[in-house]
Amino acid sequence: MKGSASGMRALKGGSSRYSIFALARNALSYHENWQKAWRSPEPKPEYDVIIVGGGGHGLATAYYLASVHGIRNVAVIEKGWIGGGNTGRNTTIIRSNYLWDESAGIYEHALKLWEGLSQELNFNVMFSQRGVLTLAHSEHELKEMRRRVEAIRLNGIDSEVMTPGQIKKLVPIIDTSPTIRYPVMGGFIQKRGGTARHDAVAWGYARAADDLGVDIIQNCEVTGILREGGKVTGIETSRGTIRAKKVGCVTAGHSGVVAEMAGLHLPIDSRPLQALVSEPIKPCVDTVIMSNAVHMYISQSDKGELVMGAGVDSYNSYSQRGSLPTVEGLLAAAVELYPIVSRLRVLRTWGGIVDTCPDASPIISKTPVEGLYFNCGWGTGGFKATPGSGHVFAELIAKDEPNRISAPFSLNRFETGYLIDEHGAAGVAH
Amino acid sequence: MLLITCPWCGPRDDNEFHYGGEAHIARPLKASELSDAEWAEYLFLKQNAKGPFTERWSHSAGCRRWFNVVRNTATDEIIEVYPMGELPKSAEGIKAYETNWRRESAAQKNAKAGASDK
Repeated sequence: MKGSASGMRALKGGSSRYSIFALARNALSYHENWQKAWRSPEPKPEYDVIIVGGGGHGLATAYYLASVHGIRNVAVIEKGWIGGGNTGRNTTIIRSNYLWDESAGIYEHALKLWEGLSQELNFNVMFSQRGVLTLAHSEHELKEMRRRVEAIRLNGIDSEVMTPGQIKKLVPIIDTSPTIRYPVMGGFIQKRGGTARHDAVAWGYARAADDLGVDIIQNCEVTGILREGGKVTGIETSRGTIRAKKVGCVTAGHSGVVAEMAGLHLPIDSRPLQALVSEPIKPCVDTVIMSNAVHMYISQSDKGELVMGAGVDSYNSYSQRGSLPTVEGLLAAAVELYPIVSRLRVLRTWGGIVDTCPDASPIISKTPVEGLYFNCGWGTGGFKATPGSGHVFAELIAKDEPNRISAPFSLNRFETGYLIDEHGAAGVAH
Repeated sequence: MLLITCPWCGPRDDNEFHYGGEAHIARPLKASELSDAEWAEYLFLKQNAKGPFTERWSHSAGCRRWFNVVRNTATDEIIEVYPMGELPKSAEGIKAYETNWRRESAAQKNAKAGASDK
């Protein structure tokens, strides 16, 4: 590294942004003097708010706390490295075509934020509105789909039914012949849906939050939640005690473990969710196609890999690997629907641990412990919600009251019975 | 993938089995005496342990019988298989059973109180 300024970010007023001029300037010095995107500060003894979990949702929460609510004395505590958990393991799909008004509220809120995110963060999150198509494989499913499309449109969200002929035109590699085991009877598409670069989302939020003074503390594991008289007073970590009156936990996959530290129990089962990619091939599919009945979804990455996702495993596990039958089921469906897949090698498979809720909807909530908040239970579909989730969670923490969008996702819904049953629209069986 | 030893059929691949979730959750017998919060605790709240966990499995593609298993959910190691209606015998299993918060819960106590009335 050349130059004493490299690696030290210029703060307030002097922070440079990514632009064509910055690119030209740095090109002249062989790209060796780009500043670090975020600092790596030592943890302070006390913060106004601590966010546990440095994934997309946690970083987004910290960013909106600082940018919308002016709370800048914030720390994001991450056990490993930011974006190293489920943020980097998901299949990057974004959509808001949910059945119930409550879900439409939060996912559409997120989608609207996605649409301006690269500009807002000055960081290219590679949001690509390539459309998300969901297939129907039976008369019943098609009828259910028509109902869902109408419900979605009533909420002001784009959605339209497609015939097998239209689907074949959009996705030439699909087999729409009536002779396959689960023939394509139709489907529906949300054209504003698509994908984004998941790592860039974490990095973009990290850089923007850091710019506003948020401390991002990596390699720091939370080992305990400190409480006094029913109130949160801080956290115990592998790098010592850090105090705060408000702690927001956003630790997908391990929410149950973190809740246990505060003596709380959540309605969550943690299960492996698997995905895989093929070897890279030429562009052959330019949309996202999901299928609930035969349980697979597919898209093509910018590198050319076909990205395929399976369902959750049937049993609880924190092992971060899933079972082979789940992958076999996914591949069987993929080969039948997209015959070219049969010739491809599987490059790699992986599993992440997801928090599944009984109603397949997330929890964005205060807890019985004052000052302790949880944002979890996103199950198989948290990535698409990243900006919206962070936005409403930041407001909950800042104002200590949920807003209209997050209120239905409070923990007390399990007590009142007002569940938001989204198993149908969740896309993957829970 | 798990290799599960069915007590009746022997070791089999996990896709022959159906998962039944946490074991030893007793149904409250005097449901009307429970508050909504206590009932929600019985219905929805999970142990979701990272480590040894008592759970139920059914050999659905084989003998179709249910049994209990102690499995470490962090490593997927199966520690013990034991019949329905019995308690675990391994040290890890006993600890997982006894330290489970459910043993202290109102719903669990309600289930016991009902049983002693008979």
